[in-house]
Amino acid sequence: MVNIMLRFLFAAFTSIIMGLLFMGIGRKFIARIRRHYAGPFYQSFIDVIKLFSKKSISHNWIMDFGVMMGFAGIIATIIFMPIGPFNVFSQMQGNIIIIIYFMTIGYLGMAMGVAASGNPNATIGIARALTLMLGYEIPFVLTVILLVFANNSSLLQVMVVNQQGGFMEWNAIRYPFAFLAALIALQGMLGEQPFDAMIAPSEIASGPMVELSGKFLGFGFLQHAAQIFLETGIIVNMFLGGSQNFFIFFAKQLALYLLTVAVSGIFPRYRFEDAVKFFWMAPTALAAIQLIIFII
Amino acid sequence: MLLTSTNEIKDNGMERILNFFRKKSLWMLHYCTGCGAVELPPTMTSRWDMERFGMGPMATPRQADLLLITGYLSVKSLKRVIYTYEQMQEPKWVIAFGSCPINGGIYYDSYSVINRLALYMPVDLSIEGCMPRPEAIIDGFTKLMKAIEKGEAVGYKKYRENYEWYKANQRNVLERTSAVLKEEA
Repeated sequence: MVNIMLRFLFAAFTSIIMGLLFMGIGRKFIARIRRHYAGPFYQSFIDVIKLFSKKSISHNWIMDFGVMMGFAGIIATIIFMPIGPFNVFSQMQGNIIIIIYFMTIGYLGMAMGVAASGNPNATIGIARALTLMLGYEIPFVLTVILLVFANNSSLLQVMVVNQQGGFMEWNAIRYPFAFLAALIALQGMLGEQPFDAMIAPSEIASGPMVELSGKFLGFGFLQHAAQIFLETGIIVNMFLGGSQNFFIFFAKQLALYLLTVAVSGIFPRYRFEDAVKFFWMAPTALAAIQLIIFII
Repeated sequence: MLLTSTNEIKDNGMERILNFFRKKSLWMLHYCTGCGAVELPPTMTSRWDMERFGMGPMATPRQADLLLITGYLSVKSLKRVIYTYEQMQEPKWVIAFGSCPINGGIYYDSYSVINRLALYMPVDLSIEGCMPRPEAIIDGFTKLMKAIEKGEAVGYKKYRENYEWYKANQRNVLERTSAVLKEEA
């Protein structure tokens, strides 16, 4: 029991610390794309400590509960994801269907928390986020279906084992269209441009975060950090061969995240209904083509 | 009269440690009705790049630490600025841009513009100039960071201690215009 607790704490802390580090490096990277320098790579840690040292205002207990549930939902999902060679429950081996179910808890918690704050901008923002979720889940689930059929298993660990032996064995090379679809879906999952209509700062005043102050925003930050770690981690396990080494695993995640950030650095923003339409057309078509090729 | 001097309400102990993180991550909210707002985009973007200091623009008062009053304030907008300031969470700081919030600037004899912002809100730092260039703004920010590190930038505590004094000043000037602004309470 103590053993499992320790493993859980390890997974939670690793995801938060690596997520914040990725965020900091991503900010540096995007600044270089735009030809300036930005702060140090540990800027996100400073921001989080500052946010937790501020006073914060709560509107009602549902807001407290919702923000905590959003954070806990993402951390709970990380339990099921293999982090390199590490699994919190060694017999679970990362069932992708459980992960997809659990991932929505984070969003729903956030939705409950920010909707309880009573600010109309927050409600608009979270409505857009949940609508966008309808968009990217379809191509993502299609790629998952493809991999489940290809591996005869829904366990991420099995998928990783089947990809061992050089990068030519990676699913990204075997199923390039599906990989492309998953990358576009990842862009939407992380809420980066061009799919950041839900946080549009000058239009709806940063959407879901509009009423969050101090510790609440701090939890929002931690949730986003853990989310970056989780979602890049899933794609690395599914398409980039996972790894038996922590550092290689983190490096693959970082490369994937920087790719996302680079795309977001040069794109403007889709309106959210156009974004959903785009998700249902282009990446869904790519995933479907790959599925048809696989069946034939 | 103001009740406490700055020395008595200085930060110390644990606050001083947290101040190290606070000064490196100042998120700002700009109140952009004055002409100083036009100097901010070059300060933020790649030419002068204030993100080096961990500063960045924020969308709402709840998230921000630093309120920038960029230029003159009419009495009508003073009311909004006070609402905004009171919505911000402590610790919070105020920077007044340009001559207008210091002594009225070119609007010194206007019937509808306030002359000294410091009478109505605790201003931590004023950047003079009409308008201050980005270099002056960055210089002002670094001065504020030093003051925060030393625990001297405690305008928000001053506001709390002297709430009655500030409120009386605010009432004075807002009542003067109540004949016009009564409708919107």
